[in-house]
Amino acid sequence: MIQAFNISKSFGESKILNDVSLSFEKGKTNLIIGESGSGKTVLMKCMVGLYDVNKGKVEYDGRNISKMSFKEKREIRKELGMLFQGGALFDSFNVEENIMFPLSMFTKKSYEEKLERVNFCLKRVNLENVNNLLTSELSGGMTKRVAIARAISLNPKYLFCDEPNSGLDPKTADVIDELISEITQEFQITTIINTHDMNSVLNIGDNIAFLYKGKLWWQGNKTEILKTDNNELNDFVFATELTKRLK
Amino acid sequence: MIKNIGRYVILMLETFRRPDKGSVFCKQLMREFKDLGIDSLGIVAIISVFMGAVVAIQTAYNIDSPLIPLSMVGFTTRQSIVLEFSPTIISLILAGKVGSRIASEIGTMRISEQIDALRIMGVNPASYLLLPKITAAVIINPVLIIISIVIGLFGGWLACLITGMVTPTDYVVGLRGWFEAFTIFYALIKTVVFAFIITSVSGYMGYYTKGGSLEVGASSTKAVVYSSILIILFNLILTQMLLS
Repeated sequence: MIQAFNISKSFGESKILNDVSLSFEKGKTNLIIGESGSGKTVLMKCMVGLYDVNKGKVEYDGRNISKMSFKEKREIRKELGMLFQGGALFDSFNVEENIMFPLSMFTKKSYEEKLERVNFCLKRVNLENVNNLLTSELSGGMTKRVAIARAISLNPKYLFCDEPNSGLDPKTADVIDELISEITQEFQITTIINTHDMNSVLNIGDNIAFLYKGKLWWQGNKTEILKTDNNELNDFVFATELTKRLK
Repeated sequence: MIKNIGRYVILMLETFRRPDKGSVFCKQLMREFKDLGIDSLGIVAIISVFMGAVVAIQTAYNIDSPLIPLSMVGFTTRQSIVLEFSPTIISLILAGKVGSRIASEIGTMRISEQIDALRIMGVNPASYLLLPKITAAVIINPVLIIISIVIGLFGGWLACLITGMVTPTDYVVGLRGWFEAFTIFYALIKTVVFAFIITSVSGYMGYYTKGGSLEVGASSTKAVVYSSILIILFNLILTQMLLS
C-alpha cells in the first residue's frame, strides 16, 4: 500500500499540489485522473521521489520515503517499476538489453537466467521474437509493452504508469489497460496510473482519484464516477460529444 | 555563473561515486573507448598530417638567414607540434566532435525521461552515464595525442620530401636534436586536463537540458563553446605553471 499525506508542491510562485492526501491499495489499479496541468504527473514524481515535496510525506507500506537517506531511497527504488509517458527505453540498447538492464544492475544472475526472465516478461506482455529489435524499430504500442516488460522484470511491488495510453489508438490502448490490470492482479502489485483517458477509467478503475487545480476533488471507483453529482468531475468525464451522448 | 559552478561541482560529486556494478561499468568503458577514441582516429590523423606539413613549410619559408641551419625546420616543427598543436588544437577539435556528441546524447536522454528512468530503477545516472565517458577520455585522449604527434611529424617530413624546401635528412636531424622528454610529459598533462574538461562540461550541459529538441541543440552548442573556452584558459594556466 502506498499512502500520500498532505502533499504540497510548488515551483517558484506556482503552486501545483495543495494538501493532497491519498492511499493506493495493493492488487488494485489505482487511477489518478484530471485535466492537463492538474498536477497528476507532479504528484506521481513526488511519490517516486523524483521531486522533493514542500510539505507532507509518502509512505510505502509504512516506510516514509521523504525521510530516507540516499542509500535507503535507492534500495526502495529497486522495488519500483515505472512506465513513462514516452516509454523512456534506452535508445542505445535493443529490446532484450533494455529489459535485461535492471537484472544486470541488481542481480547476480547468469546471462542464461537473465535471458529466461527477459523472455518470460516479453511473453507476459504478448511480445515474442523481438529481442534484437532496436527501440527505433518499435511501434507505439510495442514501445509501451516493452517498457512494461522492463518495469516488471525485477518483480516490483509498486508499479507507476504515467499516461500509458497517450499516443495510442483506442484498440491498442485497451490492450495496454488490460495488460496492466492483469499484471497488477497476477503479481499483487500496487499500481498507480496517471491518465485522462475515460476508456481506461471505465475499464480498469478500481480506485479513482480526481485532481482539480492541484487538489484532491473526488475519490471513488468506476461505477461511482458515472453517478456523481460533482460538477467539475462531470465536466471532465462528460467532456466529449461521445460521452455526452452516452449520458 | 555561481549557480552553474555549484551544480557542476554537485554533478561531479555524484559522478565520482563507486559505480553501481563493476561489470556494467567495464562494459560501458569499452564502448566509450570505441566511441570517443577509436572513432576519432580518422579526424585526428587527417588534421595531424596536414598540420605537420603546414608547420614545416611555414618554418622553412621563414628561415631566410644562411646562418640558421635548415635542420631547425625539423626542430621547430617538433616543438610546435608537441608543445601546442597536438595537445591543444586536437583537443579543440575533439571538443567539437566528442563534446557535441556527449551533450546531445545525454540531453536527449534527459528530455525523453531516460535519466528519470535510471533514477527510478535505483541507478545513479550521473555515475552510470558520465563516469565511463570521463574515464575513457582521460585514458584514450593521451593515446590519440601521441598518435597525432607521430603523424604530425610524418606530415612535416612528407612536406619536406615533396616540396624540396628542406631535405628529409636535415628535417630528421632537427627532429632528433635537443630533445627534452619533459615536453612530452607537458603535452600529456595538458591532454588529460583537456579530456576531463571536454567530457565533464559536455556531460553537465547535456545532463541539465530542459525542454525539447531545440534545447538539446542549444546544449550541444554550449558544450562546444564552453569546453573550447576552458581549454584555451587552462592551456594558459598550465603552460605558465609547467614551463615558466
